Amino acid sequence: MYGNEHEFLERIAGPMGWFYLSACAVNLLAAGRALRGRRPQRAGAWGAVGLTFAVLGWRAFDGNPAAMPEACKDAIDAVLGPVTFTLGSFLILWGLYLGRRVFVRPAVAFAGLNVSLLFLGLSLTDAQFAAVVIQPDNVPIVAMVYLLALFTWLSASAAVKNDRRLGQGLAPAEKDQAEKALVWPDLVYTELICMILASAVLLIWSLSVQAPLEQPANPAVTPNPSKAPWYFVGLQELLVFSDAWIVGVVVPCLIAFGLMAIPYLDPNPQGSGYYTIRQRPFAYGVFQFGFLLLWVLLILVGTFMRGPNWGFFGLYEVRDPHKVLALGNVKLSEYFWTIWLGRGVPQVAADAGSLAQFGHILWREIAGVTLVGLYFVALPPLLGRTLLRRLRAQMGFGRFTLMAVLLLAMMTLPLKMILRWTMNLSYVVSMPECFFNL
Amino acid sequence: MSLRDRIRDSQVYRSIFRHPAPVDRRNRVLVVVSNLVLHLHPVAIPKHALRPGFTWCMGGITCFLFLVETITGVLLMFYYRPTLEWAYNDMLALRDVVSLGVLREVHRWGAHAMVISVMLHMYRVFLTGSYKPPREFNWVVGVLLLLLTLLLSFTGYLLPWDQLSIWAITVGSNMARAVPLLGHEGPGQQILAAGDTLNRFYVLHCVAIPLLAALLMGLHFWRIRKDGGISGPL
Ligand code: HEM
Repeated sequence: MYGNEHEFLERIAGPMGWFYLSACAVNLLAAGRALRGRRPQRAGAWGAVGLTFAVLGWRAFDGNPAAMPEACKDAIDAVLGPVTFTLGSFLILWGLYLGRRVFVRPAVAFAGLNVSLLFLGLSLTDAQFAAVVIQPDNVPIVAMVYLLALFTWLSASAAVKNDRRLGQGLAPAEKDQAEKALVWPDLVYTELICMILASAVLLIWSLSVQAPLEQPANPAVTPNPSKAPWYFVGLQELLVFSDAWIVGVVVPCLIAFGLMAIPYLDPNPQGSGYYTIRQRPFAYGVFQFGFLLLWVLLILVGTFMRGPNWGFFGLYEVRDPHKVLALGNVKLSEYFWTIWLGRGVPQVAADAGSLAQFGHILWREIAGVTLVGLYFVALPPLLGRTLLRRLRAQMGFGRFTLMAVLLLAMMTLPLKMILRWTMNLSYVVSMPECFFNL
Repeated sequence: MSLRDRIRDSQVYRSIFRHPAPVDRRNRVLVVVSNLVLHLHPVAIPKHALRPGFTWCMGGITCFLFLVETITGVLLMFYYRPTLEWAYNDMLALRDVVSLGVLREVHRWGAHAMVISVMLHMYRVFLTGSYKPPREFNWVVGVLLLLLTLLLSFTGYLLPWDQLSIWAITVGSNMARAVPLLGHEGPGQQILAAGDTLNRFYVLHCVAIPLLAALLMGLHFWRIRKDGGISGPL
């Protein structure tokens, strides 16, 4: 990436030093808090971590920041792949959800923060990793990951606390603060402080990171890869699994519609106006799955792990444009006709009338069309009779069916991913003649 | 009388604020009711809503960032011409010549921050179940605001007219263009023709979408009040 490894290290040594110093300061603050809370052991632990960060910072200022061992990098890159990353994140989030009573403890969360900071610091000395992460337009994504972690933790700890109270027959904690306070001065001053802090962050950010400006626009030179702005990179990632217009038009419309429909499709009157998980596990689970896994995670994959030709690259892997890519290239129709039935895929007669041609195409895709049809037509009533019986009874036929269809539409995405990984399947229904591939 | 009191007692001060200093309960109520900006708020709110731990301040920060973007955006418009000939050169000039050199940075990073804060705001509203009756419609208004925020950011991304911007937008517009019948072969072709795109995006970015967003924000805030203020346990 950089012509000269040494030059690169010199450039980042200073910022790395400040990074470690801030990490050290945060830990010392935590240690101070623990001391005041009469928890000497914990204070000692954070103090030790803080000192470690101080040593790392000193090494960085000295021009020689500690680096992740090559063996570690290789191991991480060897393990990282679309499958392990997606499934791994899913399992981790699932584990966090199940073990939330443990993970919301401030000490556990803080230890997690320290591990992530250490990982980030050690990785930043890798030129390839740094080249992607420090790209000006990618800085906000790193910030977003930390903010999301912070707020997910904050909301989960409020929810765990409330759930415990609700279990004891008490009201949620917010209820204890139901008495009114005057907007002036309390709210106005809170807003003022918030505004000043936001301005300060924005100014520091603007002074330290210059807005990118590349070569003048040139329609003849296509960068490889071309990436959409980061908030749409998750959608772009879907191009791997479906057609451009489905990804670019149908999916966004479905997401927007689905989001707007949420208040009308959630029949649960509980959990309005306070944090809780126990009183609305289904809504909570579905939303977190869609938001954290399907929206945020795909943005991360698209931004940090996609390289030339939209190939998947490890965090430290050099972006080699000649890397051989695994392709999903077997259509379901080919599986169905050739492999399972042992006959050729029916051909569409070129000279037939357009209606007859369409019939041929349908016949060729009969397996996929039937499967998709069953998925959307048969599964909703089936779910309503089994897993989601209670919801079905609460919501009535129409609303339940709409909810189930939207939910199933969302689930096509992970299902398609799994099919791609396990069967090398490109499309379930492939009708390029009618611009329709699924 | 101290200087502060003298100012507060002066005819000028009273003519502007229409009530004495907000130091007692009566005047603290009056300041909120009679001030154009503050009267967006109710006079009093439940204490839990004051805690940053409840709202994360994200709605307010989004609104604040929208204002920052409006101000810096207007300033940028003084320097920027949306034509193939000038767009890129004006960017260079903004970087190298114009004083107050962080204008573009504040606008760009503010835009990124606004996308993040609006997503976090939605996340908060979901997690506190604040979309439940009677606030369903305000959630819908919110989703529209989310879409407008993304579109604002997207249309703005093109304006520097450098390699980064046109190819990022091309990725997006190619998807829209691939729509059968309406895209390549139909009206999409004309709407997204290269030379015109810059101007169209400019107008969308500087006029159409911000106006719409401001209107919807007005509706959003009004509905918060009409729906009974910030949500909380019953
Ligand atoms: C430009 C974008 C937006 C702005 C400026 C904005 C601003 C605000 C503000 C200032 C509040 C007061 C409480 C708070 O700060 O949390 C609020 C509440 C609310 N917002 Fe937004 N918002 C935006 C987008 C959204 C989005 C994307 C959604 C949801 C999809 C949404 C749904 C709501 C709802 C339902 C409330 C009432 C919450 C309650 O009563 O607890 N808003 N909004």
